[in-house]
Amino acid sequence: MMTEISLNILDVAENSTRAKASLVEISVLVDTRADRLTIIIKDDGCGMTEEQLRQVEDPFFTTRTTRKVGLGVPFFKMAALSADGDFCIDSKVGEGTRVQAEFRLDHIDRMPLGDISGTIYTLIHFHPEVDFCYTYRYDDREFVLDTRQMKDILGGIPLDTPEVAEYIREYLTENKVDVDGGAII
Amino acid sequence: MKSLEELKAIREKMQGKVGMRSEDSGQTRVIVGMATCGIASGARPVLNVLSDEVQKRGMSNVVVTQTGCIGLCQYEPIVEVLEPGKEKVTYVKMNVDKAMEMLEQHLVRGHVLGKYTLNETKL
Repeated sequence: MMTEISLNILDVAENSTRAKASLVEISVLVDTRADRLTIIIKDDGCGMTEEQLRQVEDPFFTTRTTRKVGLGVPFFKMAALSADGDFCIDSKVGEGTRVQAEFRLDHIDRMPLGDISGTIYTLIHFHPEVDFCYTYRYDDREFVLDTRQMKDILGGIPLDTPEVAEYIREYLTENKVDVDGGAII
Repeated sequence: MKSLEELKAIREKMQGKVGMRSEDSGQTRVIVGMATCGIASGARPVLNVLSDEVQKRGMSNVVVTQTGCIGLCQYEPIVEVLEPGKEKVTYVKMNVDKAMEMLEQHLVRGHVLGKYTLNETKL
């Protein structure tokens, strides 16, 4: 089992990068008034067939050949459902996949969001070939990190150049605090 | 809010300074397993600390990358070190402290840290 929701996000987004996505959109939406935390991970990767889609929530299904179980999606689903939430996956071959998980914020069994900035940083840093568009919203405030925008500004300078990597890390952590006021989610 | 203006300043500063990274055969590759099993057992901080430290120390002969499931889920987080001309070394059940120790002893000084390797671990 994952100990943080942000680790589920990392795991499922890794699937997107393996599905040859060129853009992965990740939204973390905190709505304290509705007592809801919504996570959306959407990619334009290879997508899944209807049969794969039916099987993907089954722990004994995996595309992997190194082992016989695939726990990524079942873990995420379990985390959401055990916090009085919802979980759904839509996918079309050739178009991509969209995973949405919802949690009741103040549910006693809801895992902490955890180091979400670390998750996004890891994804960006180790997948230079993929673009990420990350939205973090806390009630009425939000910030967006779009690597396409950053690459436009940087010209040919890679995102994993030390100076740029450091900037991205600060961008994620500072803007998160500006948006949520340092709330522990 | 941190703005994109700062990124423009970085570009101005960096312009012309960035050399193409050579992926030559003399490079040591450090590979961290980042499938569900790795992530669940703590691979994210291990990957990030190795990458940060390699960057910080300017170890241009070392590349830190990630991979999927290595097939030894019960020993995650796993870090593999591939040095040119040498046998692959597989470190198991890593954490941030062990990773730093490995970096210092193996990557910097060239001594394989037997106590954490798959071969030496009593399974």
